[in-house]
Amino acid sequence: MITSAIIPKPLARLPWRLIFLVAAIAMFGLVVLYSAAGGSAEPWAVKQGLVFLVFLSIAIAMSWMSEATIKSIAFPLYGITIVMLLGVEALGFVSKGAQRWLELGPVKLQPSEFMKPAIVLTLARFYELVPAGEIRKPRAIWPAFVLLFVPAFLILVQPDLGTCIVVLLCGITVMFLAGVPMWIFVLPAAAGALAAPVAYHLMHGYQRKRIDVFLNPESDPLGAGYHIAQSKIAIGSGGIWGKGFLHGSQSHLDYLPEGHTDFVFATMAEEWGLVGGVLLIFAFAMVIRWGMKVSINGRTRFAQLAAAGLSATIFFYVAINLMMVMGLAPVVGVPLPLVSFGGSAVMTVMLCLGLLMALERQQRTGSRLA
Amino acid sequence: MKPIRITNTHQSITFSRRMLMLGGAQAAVGALLVGRLGWLSIVQNEKYQLLSESNRVQLIPVPPRRGWIIDRFGKPIAINKASFRVDIIPQQMEKGRDIVPEVARLLQLDDDDVDRIRHDLAQSRGFQPVSVADNVPYDQYAAITVRLPDLPGVAASQGFTRYYPGGSTVGQLVGYVGAASAEEYERENKNPLLLVPGVKIGKEGLEKALEPILRGQPGGQRVEVTARGKIVKELDPKPDISGGTVQLTIDADLHQYAARRIGDQSAAVVVIDVSNGDILAMPSMPSFDPNNFSDGISQAEWKMLSQDDHLPLVDKALESLYPSGSTIKPSMALALLNAGIDRKQIVNCTGAFQLGNHTFHCDRRHGPLDMDGAVVHSCDVYFYTMCLRVGADKLAPMVRSMGFGEKFDLPFETQRYGTIPDPEWMMRKYHRKWQGYDTVNMSIGQGMVLINPLQLGVMASRLATGKRVVPRLLKSKPVAPQTELAVGQDHLDFIRKAMWGVVDHGTAAAAKFPIPGIQMAGKTGTAQTHNLSAGERGNYTAANWKLRDHSLFMAFVPFDNPRYACGTIVEHGGFGAAVAAPLVRDTLTFLYDKQKALEALNAFEQSIGGPLDERIARKTAAWRQANGLPPLPPNKQA
Repeated sequence: MITSAIIPKPLARLPWRLIFLVAAIAMFGLVVLYSAAGGSAEPWAVKQGLVFLVFLSIAIAMSWMSEATIKSIAFPLYGITIVMLLGVEALGFVSKGAQRWLELGPVKLQPSEFMKPAIVLTLARFYELVPAGEIRKPRAIWPAFVLLFVPAFLILVQPDLGTCIVVLLCGITVMFLAGVPMWIFVLPAAAGALAAPVAYHLMHGYQRKRIDVFLNPESDPLGAGYHIAQSKIAIGSGGIWGKGFLHGSQSHLDYLPEGHTDFVFATMAEEWGLVGGVLLIFAFAMVIRWGMKVSINGRTRFAQLAAAGLSATIFFYVAINLMMVMGLAPVVGVPLPLVSFGGSAVMTVMLCLGLLMALERQQRTGSRLA
Repeated sequence: MKPIRITNTHQSITFSRRMLMLGGAQAAVGALLVGRLGWLSIVQNEKYQLLSESNRVQLIPVPPRRGWIIDRFGKPIAINKASFRVDIIPQQMEKGRDIVPEVARLLQLDDDDVDRIRHDLAQSRGFQPVSVADNVPYDQYAAITVRLPDLPGVAASQGFTRYYPGGSTVGQLVGYVGAASAEEYERENKNPLLLVPGVKIGKEGLEKALEPILRGQPGGQRVEVTARGKIVKELDPKPDISGGTVQLTIDADLHQYAARRIGDQSAAVVVIDVSNGDILAMPSMPSFDPNNFSDGISQAEWKMLSQDDHLPLVDKALESLYPSGSTIKPSMALALLNAGIDRKQIVNCTGAFQLGNHTFHCDRRHGPLDMDGAVVHSCDVYFYTMCLRVGADKLAPMVRSMGFGEKFDLPFETQRYGTIPDPEWMMRKYHRKWQGYDTVNMSIGQGMVLINPLQLGVMASRLATGKRVVPRLLKSKPVAPQTELAVGQDHLDFIRKAMWGVVDHGTAAAAKFPIPGIQMAGKTGTAQTHNLSAGERGNYTAANWKLRDHSLFMAFVPFDNPRYACGTIVEHGGFGAAVAAPLVRDTLTFLYDKQKALEALNAFEQSIGGPLDERIARKTAAWRQANGLPPLPPNKQA
């Protein structure tokens, strides 16, 4: 939205503020990965930087897609992803091991990652097709649940609990915004809350222990609670200003497991402290707020629901990861998008952002026409 | 539910409302996250900083060097030698893989050692390192070091080994050191120092008793370690404080001389400087070599030591009790004099003494004797007669004041003090009245009388000085004030003269002091262990060693101005004058003329089959052969 005579129009029309924000988060991520590797661009920072650039380009390219195109690919994308999930399942069955990806030449594809935007687009498209008067009828509800639970189940049995939860939450968010009756959400939540203590008592010893460890990780600091305990030590010992770049002992001395992937926030917070953490959370909040604004400004039902669902995807990613590393949620294996090392999370988030940018572009061009 | 017609407007309102709720929920989660971050990094910062620091920094205890034990002249008795060592830490061993044969091959260990290592591994608590080998030669150490990555659980390190230059001659004096057992670790409230490989603590003797002084304060090497235990860098260390040096009153050379002079006998010798009570020598032989113990002793070696009937694992100077035999007689004589007996009064020895229906014998028919003759020729009948006349009540206190039955404050955990009986004691202990034959037995140091060799040495010192000489072993301990004993000077002069007579023309006439101008006074003793007939007694070679009498001798030199006193008990040595007296004579000679004493020792050792080391090696080899064990490898011998 930079208006200048020098910059060509197509470039100037890009949502530069968002791109800068995302690039800043990614840059900060690279700095953290550089430190997590013991002060070296290898093996993570350079690779991650390249992956980010590739997907940023793809996202920008996607921003030229029209809403009609997005709508038209929603169901096929969902269908293809379901097939891929089944394929992964079959592969896993054949190789008698857990399998999450398909190898297509040099590229490893995790179909479950595609499912996050796919479920959002599919449900948005589904509810666009449901007439306003039908929204409270079962006809508007059970197909959505089928659309949601089939992939969620396929991902759960991979097993990938983290992605499954994110997919479920994204789908439910779209359903919620579409106007499905409130009791659909409130009743199961209430029932779950009531059943939890009963379930806890019915659990096996080892299952109960997992819950105990989550509630009090210090009770088993060398066993199951090790990740959370070390992560909390890293974050807590960072203090307000952090221990300084390259001076995080928890990550550099390998006490913090997965310090470059799922627990990258702890690596960051140890060195950059509360200040770095708050800034990062704030930056993500701005990205999500931008996406929510795209939703509010959406002029079609599909655009509204899709934009909100895609923003929610990013939100759930960030929120679950941060709750996990700070000991507010069990460890379920959700990376911090744009910061954690690994291509799939970057891909998912950039796909979401690309779709959001496309929807946002429609709004602007549309408003200009109007 | 009332059917509401939901229009697009309715839907739009619902969407806006729900977007607001969703946005609110997201903001709430954001606030929760920031709040949690603030809680962790501000409120709990201190706690987590501490945890992070204790993660990062580990304290590796640096064992202090053990304090030395030196003799009265500063000569080392127990010191530390730099050495290479190899340990196995059971916890770090790979499961299901036996590395012992590999390590044994590299270190050329014999089956004995392998057995010991396996035994220790089975007993170990996992984290407690098991000593594989101490004092490893450099090339073997290097061979292990290069293979360490392939040998999980094996730890090679440089350290110090306890070294006792005196070898087996000081075994019973210093005891030995060894790695702490699980019990000792618990007893010290899980002191982490005890788990450090190569750290030895006193297990026996002085090493154990003086542990608080000798151990010192461990230092700490503060290191930054990774989660996998790899050391990243060393931080400022806390230096260790070496253990304190302990100086003994022992004269190491004299001690070793006496130990060697014991030869193949089972005996203890105590030499005391009468001017201050310093114990100059206190060997108990045969003994064990404490150098072997500090590496961890093999099963076979332990078996050999514990099966030996000469009891090498017992400190005979302090832990063994023997009848005093005739060595009690000078004290008895003093008691008789104090009780008013005229020393010129004659008793006719007919070789036997009738009391009731029992006949007590003398070793020969002495004829008429006064007190001087009775001491010089060790006539039993004289003492039977006179002691019965005076009564036990007046005898026991004098004997006790001379040191028999007395407890001495010495740094040893196990000491036995023996008994000097009297009527009151008899009633308390055996619930019976004191009888005449009890007095008769006691008068010649038999019956209930039990003493240890140290007490014999103390008695010699007190007879020499007339003062209450109190033995001391630690140079740091103040000399106990020597109070006068209840003995008149003329009585004392008389008894010294009589004891001079014992050596000059009495029972120990064969053990005259070889230094011109210096004369020895002494008293022999022969303590019966079994009732052998006179014929058997005369023919010792025929009697089983175990049945022979103990041979005792106490003495002091110079007789006219006493400086050194000595007591010895040779187990089953036979007649007191034959074995014990020459041993004391040679030992005391060493104090005046080392050359002459060593010549005597060399001649003696020649007669019994060579120096101590050679004899021990031969004995070990013979034992191993007899028990079907292969000979020791050359590096383990001597």
